[in-house]
Amino acid sequence: MDWNLLITQLLNGLQLGLLLFLLASGLTLIFGIMDFINLSHGSFYMIGAYFCGTVVAKTGSFLVGILLGLVGMFIVGALVEWFIARKLYRSDHLDHVLVTFGLILIFDTLVHLIWGAGGMAIPLPDVLNGQFTLGSLVFPVYRALIIFAGLLVALILFILVTKTRLGMLIRAGASNRTMVEALGVNINRLFLIVFALGAAMAGLAGMLIAPITEASIGMGNDIIIVAFVVVIVGGIGSVKGAFYAALILGLIDTMSRSYLDVVLNLAMPVAYAETAAPALSAMLIYILMAAVLAFRPQGLFPPAGMK
Amino acid sequence: MTWFPQSISGRVYAAILLILAPAPFVFEWINQPFYLDLLSRALILAIAVVSLNLILGFGGMISLGHAAYIGIGAYAVGIPSYYDYYNGWLHLALALSVSASFALITGAISLRTKGVYFIMITMAFSQMAYFTFLSLEEYGADDGLVIYSRSEFPQWLTMDGGTSLYYWIFALLLLSLFFTHRLVHSRFGRVIVGSKFNEQRMQALGFNTYRYRLVCYVISAMICSLAGMLLGNFTGFISPDMIGWARSGELIFMVIIGGAGTFFGPLVGTIVYILLEEFLSLITVYWHLIFGIMLVALVLFGKGGIHGWLSRLDRKGAGHD
Repeated sequence: MDWNLLITQLLNGLQLGLLLFLLASGLTLIFGIMDFINLSHGSFYMIGAYFCGTVVAKTGSFLVGILLGLVGMFIVGALVEWFIARKLYRSDHLDHVLVTFGLILIFDTLVHLIWGAGGMAIPLPDVLNGQFTLGSLVFPVYRALIIFAGLLVALILFILVTKTRLGMLIRAGASNRTMVEALGVNINRLFLIVFALGAAMAGLAGMLIAPITEASIGMGNDIIIVAFVVVIVGGIGSVKGAFYAALILGLIDTMSRSYLDVVLNLAMPVAYAETAAPALSAMLIYILMAAVLAFRPQGLFPPAGMK
Repeated sequence: MTWFPQSISGRVYAAILLILAPAPFVFEWINQPFYLDLLSRALILAIAVVSLNLILGFGGMISLGHAAYIGIGAYAVGIPSYYDYYNGWLHLALALSVSASFALITGAISLRTKGVYFIMITMAFSQMAYFTFLSLEEYGADDGLVIYSRSEFPQWLTMDGGTSLYYWIFALLLLSLFFTHRLVHSRFGRVIVGSKFNEQRMQALGFNTYRYRLVCYVISAMICSLAGMLLGNFTGFISPDMIGWARSGELIFMVIIGGAGTFFGPLVGTIVYILLEEFLSLITVYWHLIFGIMLVALVLFGKGGIHGWLSRLDRKGAGHD
């Protein structure tokens, strides 16, 4: 067995998992606290990438691109919450699905209008472009940076949620929104902050991935579905659940793509294994979600006190 | 004259059916085959939307995976045709039986959940179907599969030619509308509608709502597979793109434009959607923007879709409201 390949794939799985976490943590909070289904959360991922790309093209600095991009996404998130989401918290889920589906169309077309139909490549500074070697293992610097940044944000978010007053309100809101309201918390401001924070984190995920895949229209529409799977598997409203579920799903997805044919080969002839493996590996996360929903609908790590 | 619809909405719907019935001859007469194509496509989707409306509008089951059944119906034509089996009855039987089995299995699991979870689990199952079709290398995977000849039926039922296919579509649409109407007004339908509004009360009355819903879900899937079978024949091309989750989103959109939980709403909603899509895309490449704004506005301001609007006209005319 090729150990270097295994470790590389584990790291790739970790990277995918952390990107999913950036998307899913905001999604799960918006879902859990406001009871709002935001299909257009993936649009924040896309817009973040374009914001960052534009700033990088103007200033030449990737770091400035990320920082200004975060500010921009916080504002975009706040605007969407203020003008649209806020009016819908009391309507049913069908309305959420429809409006945010409409928002996807609007955002995709706006990006088309502003930046054109083609993708946007984001150049990396030379420092990040290389590879580093560790023993016989060769790994791109930038991918390591994504892992580092993802873990850092997870840590910051963990401290925010568990150690601060805002975090306490967020956790309380996810467990029992009505009670938080009854205790006189300014729930509108809390919702606004959570929504904007979620948008900024989704945007960050887009900014981080764009130098590898380049920014493109509709880039968020596939990954948002996976992020929803993360939210459901982890337990709606639970940041901790989102973290574990994102890592589990990221690893399952990456590992099954590389190794499932080998595993299946143990049970069936090579020809069948090679046909079945790609389909099955793409489906695995959905199978996992269906299993979780069927046997443990509240998710693997539901927020404390929630039934 | 009791057969003549008394309400404005009823008259509008009757007029639409009267316009649809001779459409192929009219388009042939004015030599505009393109519009027949457009209308055929709209009516095929209308069948799918009618089927979705049965579970979504009447049953309150919001499925974000209904396009999967269009895909099953279309592949039920495509895969046998790939092996030169063109028998239409075979295609029909395959579409109905495979969609029923898929709906029975996935529905049995999905219907254990409620609300958001139901939306997400139906989406997950349709994604599984999507990736299954995507992995079928033999049948073109993501490049899709060309169907060279339409399903073969006896001479008097042939699908060959635009006009014959149109009447196939029109007949199946009328059948599904009629069937939905009968079903909803039956005892079975009363239980379905009742458990949308108050499931506990229906259970207290002694109904096993889970079973009723499951049967309703399977019926809806089978009707939808008919749309898929027609779509495969109509476009002569099938690909996994037909069942991405955005497709299912569009189907919901069409139900809502027309008015969920009404009989003719889905038909009108689909026609409006397809016409808008066609003509807006002629005007500007940015038509999705207009579409998106409409969708947001529809939910924020327009309650009940087109049917709701027509009914309000009715009430105004009748002098009460």
